[in-house]
Amino acid sequence: MFNVLFKTAGQKNRTMDYPKSIPALPERFRGLPVIDAAKCGAGCRRCMEACPTDALRDGMEIDLGRCLFCNQCLRACPNGAIRFSREHRLATRTREDLVLKGGSLKLAESLDKESRRLFGRSFKLREVSAGGCNACEADTNVLGTVAWDLGRFGVQFVASPRHADGLFITGPVTGNMRLALEKTYEAVPAPKLVIVSGACAISGGPYVDHPEVCNGAGPVLPVDLYIPGCPPHPLTILDGILRLLSRI
Amino acid sequence: MSFPVFKTLRNCQTIGLDDVPLVPTADFRSAVIAAVEGGSRICALFGVPKERLAPEVLTAAPSQGAVRFFAVLGNEDEGTLSIIATDVRGSYAALTPDCPQAHWFEREIFEQWGIVPEGHPWLKPIRFHKTYNKNQDPANAAETTIGVTDFFRMQGSEIHDVAVGPVHAGIIEPGHFRFECHGENVYHLEISLGYQHRGVEPALIGGPTKRTLHYMETLAGDTTIGHTMAYAHLMEAIMGVSVTARAKTIRGIALELERLANHTGDLGALAGDVGFLPTASYCGRIRGDFLNLTALLCGSRFGRGLVVPGGVAFDLDGPLVRQFQDRLGVAFEEVSAAVNLLWDTPSVLARFENAGRVSTKTAEGLGLVGPAARACDIGRDARYDYPAGIFRFSQIPVSTWNTGDVFARAYVRWLEIQRSVTFIRNQLEMWPEGKTETETNHIAPNSLAVSIVEGWRGEICHVALTDSNGSFSHYKIVDPSFHNWIGLAMALRNQQISDFPLCNKSFNLSYCGHDL
Repeated sequence: MFNVLFKTAGQKNRTMDYPKSIPALPERFRGLPVIDAAKCGAGCRRCMEACPTDALRDGMEIDLGRCLFCNQCLRACPNGAIRFSREHRLATRTREDLVLKGGSLKLAESLDKESRRLFGRSFKLREVSAGGCNACEADTNVLGTVAWDLGRFGVQFVASPRHADGLFITGPVTGNMRLALEKTYEAVPAPKLVIVSGACAISGGPYVDHPEVCNGAGPVLPVDLYIPGCPPHPLTILDGILRLLSRI
Repeated sequence: MSFPVFKTLRNCQTIGLDDVPLVPTADFRSAVIAAVEGGSRICALFGVPKERLAPEVLTAAPSQGAVRFFAVLGNEDEGTLSIIATDVRGSYAALTPDCPQAHWFEREIFEQWGIVPEGHPWLKPIRFHKTYNKNQDPANAAETTIGVTDFFRMQGSEIHDVAVGPVHAGIIEPGHFRFECHGENVYHLEISLGYQHRGVEPALIGGPTKRTLHYMETLAGDTTIGHTMAYAHLMEAIMGVSVTARAKTIRGIALELERLANHTGDLGALAGDVGFLPTASYCGRIRGDFLNLTALLCGSRFGRGLVVPGGVAFDLDGPLVRQFQDRLGVAFEEVSAAVNLLWDTPSVLARFENAGRVSTKTAEGLGLVGPAARACDIGRDARYDYPAGIFRFSQIPVSTWNTGDVFARAYVRWLEIQRSVTFIRNQLEMWPEGKTETETNHIAPNSLAVSIVEGWRGEICHVALTDSNGSFSHYKIVDPSFHNWIGLAMALRNQQISDFPLCNKSFNLSYCGHDL
């Protein structure tokens, strides 16, 4: 027992003081993509051709709901017109807001006053993985570790949909999980919210248009918050949830 | 032991499709059974419809609905692989009664192509999708509904079923478990998967395309490096490209970091499942430190974008190496302190020891892989048995334990953590010069290549067949979970149902890696 106490003292308090300060992200972290239109060669479509999910469109639009933050466009561009910034704030309230035009992203607005009264100080989520590859799941789980300590914001992942205020969905929603997802949604008492996290849950991600998937949760359920990424960084997820609750 | 009827090849070697010995089905069956009895193991067993193979590799005209079976066996003692093929139409005598490790493969072939293994003891779907075989006899082409199948049932007045899932209590992937119980005692656990099926294998046909690498990265998202490395090795073999020592070193470091992160997370979760919170909370955090080292290298905590055919997309150089060494040292010191608490705490050991025991004989018979096999005193590790990439130059000792229980599976992970850290430290000191990427080449037509990598869960096996244009006519993926889910079912026999979370975590298998 003394050994445990001794080791505990050695481990120290590790909970970060976010949102007071923002933890350092690695130098090579790929956050919000930025296109420098001045450098973009006329008639060149190499980035669009390289994009595995057709997230890049004419008129220099990037659909962050499809983007895998994968580097292929950057590798294909001969002029260095595309780069990924270290901006981790990416969550939006609507699917349309995820389509980046001209560099600025309309970040998620908070819930209305009544919803904030209901969920603002205690928000319980039931997670459903519906074809998720376990990367989104793992980086959601991380929020429960001592470093992030999600509970201090009044947010918690719970085991039963009966105890939840909403669903947190990962994965492209496989045909084989659709019924289970719908039943879990029905089991959550109203009013309820739906958060989708990761390119798969937003658009199908790399699995978009496979006959085995539903192209994300949107075609199945009403969605209140979109968190892009492949997978989203825990900081991106937490930023999205706290914005929704008007905590930052 | 290898048999003359097989074609012998090495890991990451390309052969012509017509070099694969094609034998009558009865000979195929007896050769595979005899080889497995002689110590070989089935790495992959799969079917390809004959009409998908180019005419020049067929010895006879394709007959409607015929499927060519390929068996890839691993001969660990010799460090070689053997391959053999046969053509089957309709049905054949199942291998499973004489070779249990074929059981899941034969169910997969049955589900994909509708070829019936006669005498298979439990023939039912594994992923619940429509058959891929358009020529199949309509009588056998019934629609399937996920989770609706003929589950095992025990009879008796006090027997009860416990059904769990697909949606589980934590933030984990979905799957369905059926426990056949008498009181608290589990007689059998039936594992029914398929909820994660995303159609990866059909989507790979005709490739590689610009999405192929991203399928590999997300086959099992916690094994991004393992699967992308298997794919890259395979592509390099089939394109006749060799990558630089520097790229091999960076890949090796990334593979071992993936192992460190997952093993650390698993040890923490095992501690959590027996209510020992210190290790649970420390390891949960330290796992993140290892993931962040991968992010230091390539920007992604899961190694997305790092491994590409021809090399790696990110270099590790200069001050980054120093930072890497320092942070690895701190993380290792902290994980050592956290994990060693487990072995010093009698209440933890009392729960780990004798829980979920799998005998060496069972593990051998079912062909288990990875830490689950090594915990049963089987010295099976692809880094040692079939070394590729950096592991041809730098060996990692194989870690084993001999009790086959939760303790053994935990302890093997701890041994591997120590050896992976030593490996990475050595690599960082012997830093080879050179580029990180090599130009890729065109893909050899009408060829077959096998690539095996030891991921953190165990052996990852990829097999590619190319057509006359050099596109994939078939791409087979065998995630270690495909071999090991049955191991979990065996571990639960005669256990209390309350020990299921502990046993499950001691295997920590992939649902999507299995469901594809």
